[in-house]
Parts: sequence; structure tokens; C-alpha cells
Amino acid sequence: MPSTLFDKLWRQHLVQELPGGTALVAIDRIFLHERTGSIALKSLRESGRPVLDRARVFCTMDHIVDTFPGRGDDTKLPGGRAFITETREAALEAGIHLFDVRDPNQGIVHVISPELGIVLPGATVVCPDSHTCTQGAMGAFAWGIGSTEAEHALATGTLRLAKPKTMRVRFEGALAPGVTAKDLSLLLIGTHGAVGGNGYVVEYAGSAVHALDVEARLTLCNMATEFSAVTGLIAPDEKTFAYLKGRSFAPQGAEWDRAVAAWRELKTDEGATFDREIVLDVSDLAPMVTWGTSPQHAVPVGARVPEQAASGTTPEAYDRALAYMDVQPGQALQELKIDAAFIGSCTNSRLSDLRRAAAVLKGRRVAPGVKAICVPGSMSVKRAAEAEGLDRVFLDAGFEWRESGCSMCFYAGGESFGKRERVVSSTNRNFESRQGPETRTHLASPETVAASAIAGRLADVREFA
Amino acid sequence: MDRFTVLTAVAAPLVRANVDTDAIIPSREMKTVSKTGLSAGLFAGWRYAEIGGRDPNPEFVLNRPGYAGARILLGGENFGCGSSREHAVWALHEYGFRAVVAPTFAPIFASNCIRNGVVPARVALEHVRELAAAVERDPVANAVTVDLEAKTVSAPGAGPYAFAIDDEAREMLLNGWDAIDLTLKYRPAIEAFVVRDRAERPWIYVAPRAAGERTTP
Repeated sequence: MPSTLFDKLWRQHLVQELPGGTALVAIDRIFLHERTGSIALKSLRESGRPVLDRARVFCTMDHIVDTFPGRGDDTKLPGGRAFITETREAALEAGIHLFDVRDPNQGIVHVISPELGIVLPGATVVCPDSHTCTQGAMGAFAWGIGSTEAEHALATGTLRLAKPKTMRVRFEGALAPGVTAKDLSLLLIGTHGAVGGNGYVVEYAGSAVHALDVEARLTLCNMATEFSAVTGLIAPDEKTFAYLKGRSFAPQGAEWDRAVAAWRELKTDEGATFDREIVLDVSDLAPMVTWGTSPQHAVPVGARVPEQAASGTTPEAYDRALAYMDVQPGQALQELKIDAAFIGSCTNSRLSDLRRAAAVLKGRRVAPGVKAICVPGSMSVKRAAEAEGLDRVFLDAGFEWRESGCSMCFYAGGESFGKRERVVSSTNRNFESRQGPETRTHLASPETVAASAIAGRLADVREFA
Repeated sequence: MDRFTVLTAVAAPLVRANVDTDAIIPSREMKTVSKTGLSAGLFAGWRYAEIGGRDPNPEFVLNRPGYAGARILLGGENFGCGSSREHAVWALHEYGFRAVVAPTFAPIFASNCIRNGVVPARVALEHVRELAAAVERDPVANAVTVDLEAKTVSAPGAGPYAFAIDDEAREMLLNGWDAIDLTLKYRPAIEAFVVRDRAERPWIYVAPRAAGERTTP
């Protein structure tokens, strides 16, 4: 019988069916970070249970660490230092792999995991972090869990799961210049709602996905959690294998050839059925931005704030979002003046993201009064960007150029934007107060953020070609 | 973990779509590497008059008369979306909540509830609204009952409504079981899997480092 990619991943990791409709699923990779991983390690130690296979457990410092040049263990976050030092101590004691504050491979978990070949096609990867779905772009079953589940995975090498339903989302057509994987995510959530993927593992497919490079695929899968999906994934292909070849933790030599042969089978068979299918024609898609406080409040950048009836939200939620964001129905989004611009996060902080933003910024200046910050996703991305002079482009345009970490996607390092400031951001969540108390976030692609920073208002990147 | 069978208690209506875990507990309220000391930060952005302050905002449901001692929360679509932080559930539990009734839950939040003895009961939105209406009429007299054995939720004048919850989650909550203890009983099956899998997918099995060896040379 033809199988979906997810069915194959499920079968390959099935240890045992359990009474009660769940199954024990083998976990290949566990990633931790200093905010939620620290508590899992500490709690496991207190329970007296050992880590089952420490060689397959990895830890980075990204969520608390700050991103200022010359940083160390101290952060502006009250108590931040303890998260870092306690995580380090617990990681060293457990004997797991640690990418510490000053490690040349330090970075955001979902940036460094692919970059180091830790996530591999066909692997199961878990992390106490909701954006673990990002890593599904490599053809892995990767999903976010809580700290207690992380303890379970550490102690048993498995998790108990009810088999999720499957959905395929096909993006068909060629993307116009200036339109990116981020815009695909915002289109999907904008048209099918922030709860549209609830209960499903979503396979992204179609000609537009096939055409994306690996880094863009990571961006697309990143926001599966904003769709309320269990996770997102993409069948691995020659681009995936070329990306992984030679990476530190990827297989080498004869083992590499054997792995690639196995990975070529990781695709949905012709005729396999999904519980749900969505097809979106994206050939006319424009760059997208959000106007409200949920990722589903997404519209093309040239649009106006929708009326309630067309907003896809209840009247109460709609009114609350308008008031919070200080926008009016019918207002053109491009009239909205911004106070700040942020490029970074596990969504959009990879080398290709920075290159595209830099192409917009080159020879231009950020509008007066706009605070603009770029935070590369990993130290490796930062070095590569500097090697090709991108840091100069950002700095000359008036952007800050930082060390890597989660940074102002939320409150990492204890840093946030000011009260009621309007921020255009390449991140994934425009929730109330996410980037700082009462901060108003508009989500967009890195090039839209760059264009908006120059214009001093939300802007269409296609006018900056 | 506490066992849960039937609970009748004051319920707090917060029937809003997409209540996220940043709203349940903001990052700035997670100050130590600990599962406790979090209830003061619960809904901090809405519950207090000022960001970072502790003067109550009288309009927020938990500060309104009649809602003291609430142990059941009535929520909207996609409750608990956003960050995976289990602190959201630890804060709810420490405050006293033992059940959240909502049409849909973000998957990680629902799983975190189950692992901490909090019942995530899925009930159609119109029924959540009926329960909320009954509670709003008189939160003390119209206490809500969550019956995990019968899988129903009701209030005087509303329901009972059947709620959905996964079978294993229900068993875990009814018995107060620890998932790790249960899973460790399958250790032989797990070990047999690893032996088989190592032969099939050797590249998954990273060689352990020697003591003191750094990950990045």
C-alpha cells in the first residue's frame, strides 16, 4: 500500500504499540537549550535517572544568553546568569554535547542543528522548544515538547505518542521576485487560520517548495507551530543531501553512501492518501505582513487592514487586535510608521536571509529614528557573512550587528523593544507583548524588514529592487 | 502526580482565541531554573495594573469578585499556543488550576497539562460559551464540574457536555501515573529496537566522546 513520508518515519521509529492508543516512538536526537533544557536536566538528575544515550543529546545556549559584542555569562535578564551556569554544569555532568556561550558553533538550536548535520533525513528530533518543527525541512520528524517530555526522552530514548493525522499542503507555481518561504507560511496561516493545522503533521510539497533551497525550506517549516500543527516536514532531495554532505555530525565515507540510498526512499508514494489536502496557487503571491496579534492576521503588504467580516477572527478578537496594534479598519499597511526593525530568529537568520536583506540595504540608510538590529542565527553564519562583507552592509546602513542568539524575537538576554513601539520583524510571533511590554510586532520576510527600515514605514521590497 | 477523578470548583472564563503561553506566563516572569515560584507570574501582563508590577488590574477575571479560588479555566480556540514553555502549566497548576476547558489546544500545551495532572478537556466552542454564561451569572453558585471518568463537563444550567481527551491521557490523569515509570517497563523492547536499528541506520548512532573531550575541537 502506498505510504506518506510521515507513515514511513512513523513505522521506522515504532518501538511498541501501547494500550490506550499510543505508541512508543524512538527518539534519535534530543536538543536542549538553557531556558527549558536546564530544568529537564536538573529534574532528571534529582530523580536519579541517568541519560540513556548521552552521545545523541545536544545543548546550546541561545534563549537567555545576550547578543552584545564581548558577551559572557551575564545578561540583562534578572537571574539569567544562573540559567547559563546551571545548564553548563548539568550538561558537563551528563556528558552531552554542549555548544557553550563562546563556542565557535554556538547559535540558535534550529540554525545549528542542520548546520552541523545533527538533524538528518529520517531522524526523529525533539527539543523543548516549539520551533523544533523547523528541522522537519530536512526530512526529519522533528517536533517541540515540554521539559517533562524532554526528561522522558532523555531517560528512555522514546516518547509516547498518539499517531497524528496527516495533511499535505501543496504550494504550486513559481514565486515572483521578492516573495519568499516566509510569505508562504504567512499565506497558509492567513488563509487557513492559526489553528488550521491542529492535530496534523503537515507535509509541505508542490513545485514552489521543490524550488526552495534548504535554508528557505527551514523557514517554511519553522512556522508549522504557528499553524498549530504537530510539525511540518519536507521530503529530502538532492539539495538536502548536498547541503548535509561533509557537515560535522553527518555520516562520512561508505556510511554516507548507504545513508543517502536510504534517504532517497523518504518520500510520499504515488497514490498515498492524506487526511487532509490543501492546494495554494502562489504564482501571484505578494510579500506578506501581519496587521494584528496573531500570525493569522496576515495580508499582502499592499493591502489595507481588513474589515472584521474579512479578517477571519471573531469580533472581540478583532477589536482587541486593532486596539492593541493601534490600527484602523481600511488603513493602508504601508502608511504605518515603524520605530524598529529586527532581522534574526530561527525563522530568518541564516546566511541566505542576510544576503537578501543586505542586497536591499546596500548603498542605503535606515530612516532616521528607526532602531535596526541584525542578529545572525549562529556564530558560523556570522563568520560566513563577515567573510563576504555583509556586516559592513548592515553597519553602513545603520543596523546593529550582533552575536548569535534568539535575541529580540522575545526577551532573550533580557532585552526588549519599548512600550507601544511598532516593530517590523523577521520572527514568527506577533503576540501581545512578545517582543517587549506592549510592543506592536509586524511579521515579514527579512527583505521586507530591510525595505521597511529604509522607508521608516511598512514597505514593499519590490520597490527597492 | 495528583490523581484526578471529579472536580467541582469555581471556573474562570477567559474565552479568547489564541491565548498564548507568553500571555499565560511572560518570559520576564521565569526567573529561576525551577518549576515552582511561578504562580505570581501567571497572566502577569493582564492580571496586574502595570507591567512588572503586582497591583491587581480589577478588570481581569481572576481579580473579579467571585473568582477567588478558581480551579477550572474556560478558554477559547488554540489555547496555549506559542512557546513550548512548561512554565505555563506549572504556573497554572501552582495557582490552583486542575482543568482547562477549551475547543482546541496547542499540542505541546496539551501534552504538558497531561504530564502535570491538569485536564485539557476539549469541548465545542458554543458549549464553552454556555458554561461561561452560567458562570458569569454567578461564579460561586454556578461552579463547574469536570468529571474525567464520565468525560463530561457541566454547570448548573449548562450541560453536561461530553468532552474529548485521548484515552491514554485520561488513564494517566485518573491514576496519577508517571509516564517515565510506565515507559521504563518496556526497556527490553527499547533495547531490542536499538540493536535492530543500529544495524539498519548506523549513522544515527553518534560515537560517545571521551570524558572531558570538547564537542567542538
